[in-house]
Amino acid sequence: MDKKDVPQDNSATYQGQKKLIYAVDESGHYQGVTSTGWEVESFATQMAVDELQQQSDEALIKAQNGEVSSLAYHMLRLRFDLVSLAQTTGFFQWQIKRHLTPKVFAKLSDKKLAIYGDVMKMTIAELKSLPNHNDSTN
Amino acid sequence: MKDIIIDIKHQQSSHCETGVVSTLLRSKGLDISEPMAFGLSSAMTFVYLPMVKIGGLPLIAYRMPPKAIIKSVCKKLNIELETRKFSDQAKGMQALDDELAKGNLVGLQTSVYWLPYFPEDMRFHFNAHNLIVYGKTAQGNYLISDPVFEHVVECPAEDLQRARFAKGALAAKGLMYVVRNVPKQVDLTPHIYAAVNKTAKMMNGLLLPFFGNKGIRHLAKKINKLTKEKPKYQKLFLGNIVRMQEEIGTGGAGFRFMFASFLDEAAKLTGDKQLQAAAKQGTEVGDNWREFAMDAVLFCKKRKDLSLTQVSEKLISCADQEKSLREKLLSIKAA
Repeated sequence: MDKKDVPQDNSATYQGQKKLIYAVDESGHYQGVTSTGWEVESFATQMAVDELQQQSDEALIKAQNGEVSSLAYHMLRLRFDLVSLAQTTGFFQWQIKRHLTPKVFAKLSDKKLAIYGDVMKMTIAELKSLPNHNDSTN
Repeated sequence: MKDIIIDIKHQQSSHCETGVVSTLLRSKGLDISEPMAFGLSSAMTFVYLPMVKIGGLPLIAYRMPPKAIIKSVCKKLNIELETRKFSDQAKGMQALDDELAKGNLVGLQTSVYWLPYFPEDMRFHFNAHNLIVYGKTAQGNYLISDPVFEHVVECPAEDLQRARFAKGALAAKGLMYVVRNVPKQVDLTPHIYAAVNKTAKMMNGLLLPFFGNKGIRHLAKKINKLTKEKPKYQKLFLGNIVRMQEEIGTGGAGFRFMFASFLDEAAKLTGDKQLQAAAKQGTEVGDNWREFAMDAVLFCKKRKDLSLTQVSEKLISCADQEKSLREKLLSIKAA
């Protein structure tokens, strides 16, 4: 890529940061050039972030309606999925799946909740609660 | 307690591990640029692992696994590197403080998600980020030279500890590394030719269909088969490739440009015109990967009448180009 072609698209996802890219200058040699972002890359990032946001929004509504436990919402909010939460907590995926149901979650010992809290940087009380929502049906 | 600030020349880099290697070695008086560290370690590759899922989407990587670069560079250039892992978090933090007190720069492997200075949209659970700690304030905050950022940053101790000891895939287990000794002078020429040759050999791929050229073609086939999937999955799948390529680490095109930059520097150092010609070819490879990313995103946007077959064909053209770059590299022999 030529130095003059290094994209400067001011990606919102960079939050004002710049990235270094190696590009070819006028003399035909490489040098480091900073980029404020590339529209193509930021589109892909935004798509992924939107998908995560949508999943966590849906989980919040379901949790407020008592269909899933608050853990389901916090897991997605903190960008964990079953695989990564299993890897970090040491629980099996099937155990976490059970914990995502309100009935099982309500009976979890403080010891188990503390494992989640430790990995997710939350207190047990925070883990059990949901954000207040004006349009909440509960 | 007073502030501890160790002399460091922060340099923004394209990728964390190569950036850390370069900065640590330069601070010890051994002038190795980031592309040189990348090239010497023969780190450029391609991996498509459909069975390793991250957020339900397959892993695609454009370089050798974490730690391969620093280990390889240090081994080749006879650099004394001390690495330590910790089962006890407090001991891991103490060991870091001890090294800083002795005036040593410390390389760390950390999670990205728990570093508060990262932009929100770039925070995800990836545990193989690399950075350098160059000091500690009287208040107990760590001073960090994070190679992917323009400027140095500060991080509270609690957050850094969390980032160092985050569990999960590629868990760092508090890994820290210190360069103890570097040789006064190194003749890079033989290492350059050996590394170029090794990279070329690896570019074909290993026995399994997931690596190198075979891996790229395997992924191209998969893109073709996406027609059977729901449109939403098609988009997420292609978007995932583009993110793995352009955002995570420095991306496929980014690594290709970094490799070309290494060839360019190697040509200057050795005066070998063949290396210069290969650098030019490497640039074309990188450019084509970027065009592929563009096509993939265009398909997602549906702005153009672009089919999955066309996106797949573009990727095959990347594989073809890399094949011819490989042949070029194999033909280069030390004078």
